[in-house]
Amino acid sequence: MENRLRVLRAERNWSQQDLAERLEVSRQSVNAIETGKYDPSLPLAFRVAELFDRPIEDIFVSPSRRSSKAI
Amino acid sequence: MVRTPAWKRYNWRVIWLSLLYAAFLLPAVYGFKHKLIPEALQYLVAILPALPIIGIFFAIGRYLVEEQDEYVRMLMVRQTLWASGFALSVATIWGFLENFDLVGHADGYWVCVAWFFGLGLGNIVNKLTLGDGGC
Repeated sequence: MENRLRVLRAERNWSQQDLAERLEVSRQSVNAIETGKYDPSLPLAFRVAELFDRPIEDIFVSPSRRSSKAI
Repeated sequence: MVRTPAWKRYNWRVIWLSLLYAAFLLPAVYGFKHKLIPEALQYLVAILPALPIIGIFFAIGRYLVEEQDEYVRMLMVRQTLWASGFALSVATIWGFLENFDLVGHADGYWVCVAWFFGLGLGNIVNKLTLGDGGC
């Protein structure tokens, strides 16, 4: 799933490890989510949103919205 | 794999179970070879080495329950799916080959060996398909 995690992380000068520690997941998890290789569960997506103090849809791009834009 | 607390517990369980496996298997092999085991105990002694192997399957299940990192847990699930697919495929192919007298008989426990080999295969597939995220 496309997302703005890398941008939000860079704005705060956080490494993947920094973000991983704040989310209590592994660095590999952050990497997989950032690169779109893994879609987080809803609870983890909420944790990400709460950490950055933004709504989920500001961070994760809805696949259906993305495809409707393409049309 | 990522060394999470659940992973460390899993590793310890596997180490202890492997030691137990050796402790059961070696005397069983020696005992059967030298006909030292009383008839009444033969089934029990023959089954004992299987129990730690079953324990390892249980340890993998516990790991999947205890792992808090959902992505790392997903990696192990993928590995076990590869292991199951690989072991069942090998067993099916071997079964037909054996049925048509093209290969010799293989004892059933070789399915477990194929399954553990499949776990390693799944790990390689994770690394190839997920790169750094494959751990």
